[in-house]
Amino acid sequence: MTEDHCGVAEAPSRAGARMQLVLAGNPNVGKTTLFNALTGSRAKVSNYPGITVERRAGQLVLPSGLADLHDLPGTYSLSSRSVEEQVAFDAIVGLGGAPLPDAIVLCIDAAQIARSAYLLLQCMELGARCVVAMTMIDEAGTATPDARALGEVLGCEVVPVTARTGKGLDELRAAIDRALRKDRIAQWRWTPSAPLRAHLDAVRAALPLPWTTAARHGSALPGGDDALAAWAMACIDGDDELEVPAPLRAAASARTIDRACDDEAVLGRWDWLDREIPPLVAHRTDRSRTERIDRVLLHRVFGFVAFIGVMTIVFMSLFWWAAPVMDGIDKGFKWLGGELRIGLGEGVFTDFLVSGLIGGVGAVMVFLPQILLLFLFLGFLEDCGYLARVAYLMDRIMRTMNLHGRAFVPMLSGFACAVPAIMATRTMERRRDRILTMMVVPLMTCSARLPVYTLIIGALIPGARIYQGLLMVGMYLFSACTALAAAWVMSRTVKPLRAKRMPFLIELPPYRWPRIPDVLRMMWGKSSMFLREAGTVILACSIALWALLYFPRQLPDAAPDYAALIAHAPSDDVKETLAAEKQAAHLENSFGGRIGHAIEPLISPLGFDWKIGVGIIGAFAAREVFVSTLGIVYSVGADADEESEPLRKALRDAKRSDGQRAYSPLVGLSLMIFFALAMQCMSTLAVVRRETGGLRWPIFLMTYMTVLAWIASFVVYQGGRLLGFG
Amino acid sequence: MTLADIPLGRPATVRAVDGGRAFRRRLLEMGLVPGTEVRVITIAPLGDPLQIEVRGGQWSMRRSEASQIVVDGHGEPVRSTSLRVLR
Repeated sequence: MTEDHCGVAEAPSRAGARMQLVLAGNPNVGKTTLFNALTGSRAKVSNYPGITVERRAGQLVLPSGLADLHDLPGTYSLSSRSVEEQVAFDAIVGLGGAPLPDAIVLCIDAAQIARSAYLLLQCMELGARCVVAMTMIDEAGTATPDARALGEVLGCEVVPVTARTGKGLDELRAAIDRALRKDRIAQWRWTPSAPLRAHLDAVRAALPLPWTTAARHGSALPGGDDALAAWAMACIDGDDELEVPAPLRAAASARTIDRACDDEAVLGRWDWLDREIPPLVAHRTDRSRTERIDRVLLHRVFGFVAFIGVMTIVFMSLFWWAAPVMDGIDKGFKWLGGELRIGLGEGVFTDFLVSGLIGGVGAVMVFLPQILLLFLFLGFLEDCGYLARVAYLMDRIMRTMNLHGRAFVPMLSGFACAVPAIMATRTMERRRDRILTMMVVPLMTCSARLPVYTLIIGALIPGARIYQGLLMVGMYLFSACTALAAAWVMSRTVKPLRAKRMPFLIELPPYRWPRIPDVLRMMWGKSSMFLREAGTVILACSIALWALLYFPRQLPDAAPDYAALIAHAPSDDVKETLAAEKQAAHLENSFGGRIGHAIEPLISPLGFDWKIGVGIIGAFAAREVFVSTLGIVYSVGADADEESEPLRKALRDAKRSDGQRAYSPLVGLSLMIFFALAMQCMSTLAVVRRETGGLRWPIFLMTYMTVLAWIASFVVYQGGRLLGFG
Repeated sequence: MTLADIPLGRPATVRAVDGGRAFRRRLLEMGLVPGTEVRVITIAPLGDPLQIEVRGGQWSMRRSEASQIVVDGHGEPVRSTSLRVLR
C-alpha cells in the first residue's frame, strides 16, 4: 500500500463523525469574511444587515481533524417571528433538519461587545459549547477589551481575530478544539421569577421528545430545556410564522403572561451585560468619522444630490461601459456560427447548432457585462455601508407605497435581473412584505428588456442620440413609478398583501472601505447565479423557440420551388432575395408563425402585427429572445442583436399589406410599454414559485402584469392615433 | 416625553418601551432597555425616519416607532462641530 492510500483510508473513517460547527453573529461584524478565511470557500461578504440569507457550509481544518462549518444568517437575537429567522435558532439547537452543532463560533464586534454578547448569552442558556471570535479590532482600536478578561467574564474562550490578515485564526482553531472537549452546560445569567418559573415548567412539560436535550444531546440538560421553553413562550404569539410542533404551540399560547413576565428574560440578560461588560471597556469606540460622513450623505439637500449622483453613475456606466464588451461577445458568437456553417455545410443539424444553440448561448452571455457591472456597484455600495443608508433615505417614499424600506434593495437589483432580486426579498421579515416586493420587482426595467428597448429605439424612434438616451432613462423612471404604484394598489386591494404596521429598524453600519476581493467574489457569485438560474432557461427556451419557428420544414404545395429558382437565379442579388423569401415562407408556415397569425386579432388593437406576435411568443421564454426572434422573422439571421443595422432597417422598411409602414414610432412606443409591463420571463416565474412555495403567486403575477400591459399599450396606441400620431 | 420629541443630538435616557409585543421585544433585544442612553443623530431628508444611536450602534427608526419609546431628556446636545454649517 502506498502512502497516498494510507492518507485516503484515514479520511472516510473520520468523515462519519466529522465535527459540526456553526458560525453565528450579528450582521456587520465581519462574520462572512471570517467564514471565508476559515474555510477558503467562496461566499458573499457584505455590509448590509441581513443580506447573508443563504446558509452556507464549508470545511475547516482543526488541529484534531476536519470539521464542517455552517454559516448562519447574521442575527441580533435567536428570537424569531418568521421561518427565516428560525433558521438561526434551528441551527443552534439542531432542529428543523439541521445537525446539532458540536460547538458554536460566535463573532463578537470589539466595538459593540454588549450588543453582540446578547446572542452569546442566548446560545449559552440553550446549552451550546461556545467560542468567541472577537472581530473589528482595528475599528475598536484602544476600546478593544482584553480577550482573556472578557473570556473569564463570558465563561468561554475569546480569541481576537483579524480575518483579513489571518491573524488569530490558528488560535481560534485551537480554541474550538478545546471547546469540543468540554461538557455541555446550560449557563443562565439571570434567574426567572416565581411566576415565570411556573410558566416555564408548564411549557417545558409540553416539549415534544425530539426537542428535548435528552433526545438532542443524548443526556438531559434541564437548563437547556428551560431555554427552549422560554424561546417558545417569547416567540409564539399567534401572529408568528414559525414552524413549531402543535402541542408546544398550544402550550405556549395557553399561557397568558403579563408584560413584566414577558420582558423578564431580555431585561435579565441586559442587566447582566450592563453590569459585567462596561468595566472591561475602557472607552466608547470613536464613530466620529461615520457621523461626519453621514452629516453630508444624509443631509436633506446634499444627501439627495449624492444619492442621485451615485445612482446616475451606476446606470450611465451600465449603458456606456458595457456596450463594447457586449459587442465583442456578440461578434465572437457570430464568428463562431459562421465558421461552423462553413465547416458543416447546410442542413437541419447545422441550423440547429448555429441558429438554435449558439444563438441561445450568445443571448445569455451578452447580459453578463451589464450584470457584472451592476453587481460591482451594488457590492461596493453594500460593503462600504451606503446601501443601508439608501434604505434610510428611501423609507419615506417606500412606506407611502406600503413597501418595506428594505424592499428598495431588491427593487434596485430588479434593474439588473428580477431573478436575484426576488431571491433578495428574503431579507424581509414578513411573508407579506416579501410577496408584495416579489409582485412588483418584475416591473422594474431588467437588463433583459434593454436589448428590446435598444432595438425599438434604434429602429423606430427618430431623433438625436441624446433624445434616444433620454427615452431610455424615461423607461427606467416609468418602470419604477409603475412598480411603486402597483405596490400601493395591491397593498390596498389584494387581501394577503394588505399593509400591516411593521417596525422599520435597520442598522446603519459604520462606513468601511470595501475589500475588492470580497466585492469581486460577490459580483461573480451573482453573475454565475444568473447564468445557472436564468441562463439555462433562456438557452432551453431559445432552442425550443428555434424549433417552433423552424419546423415543419415542408412548405405548402402552392409555394414556389425556391430551390430551383435559386439554382437558376441570374445574379447573386436575386439569389439572396430569393433565399430571404424562402426563409420568410418557412417561418410563416412554422408552428410559431401559425400561432402568431392566430393571436393577431388580440394584439392588433395595440398596433402589433403577427410578426410582433411571434416575437412576443418567443419573449415569453425571456424578453430578449424577442430580438433574436425578429431576427429570424425578418430573415436577417437568428444571431441578429439589438444593434443589428439590417434588423433595424428591416423593421423600419416593413410594410403592412396595404403598403403602409408597419411600425410607426407610435407602434414602437406601444411595444415598449407592452414590454415594460408584461410578465414575459419564465425564470422569474420559476423563482417566484420557489420562493412562495406554490403556483398561486406566479399565476397571479403573470395574469396581472399581462392584463396591465395589454390595457396600457391599448391606451397608448389608440390614444396616440386619436391625437393624430402614427 | 418620547424619543420622537427629543431635539436632535440631545442625549436622553430610556424609561419604557411601549407598542406591540413583537416590536417591544425587538427594541429591548437591541439594547433599548430602561436606563439606556439614546440620541437622535440625524433626521432623514424627507423628515422620517430618524437615525438614532444606541450603545455605540446606529439604527434607522421611524418617527412613529420612536414615539413608542418613553425617555427623559437631559444635558446639552452632543455634536461634532465640523460640518454643523450644513444643517
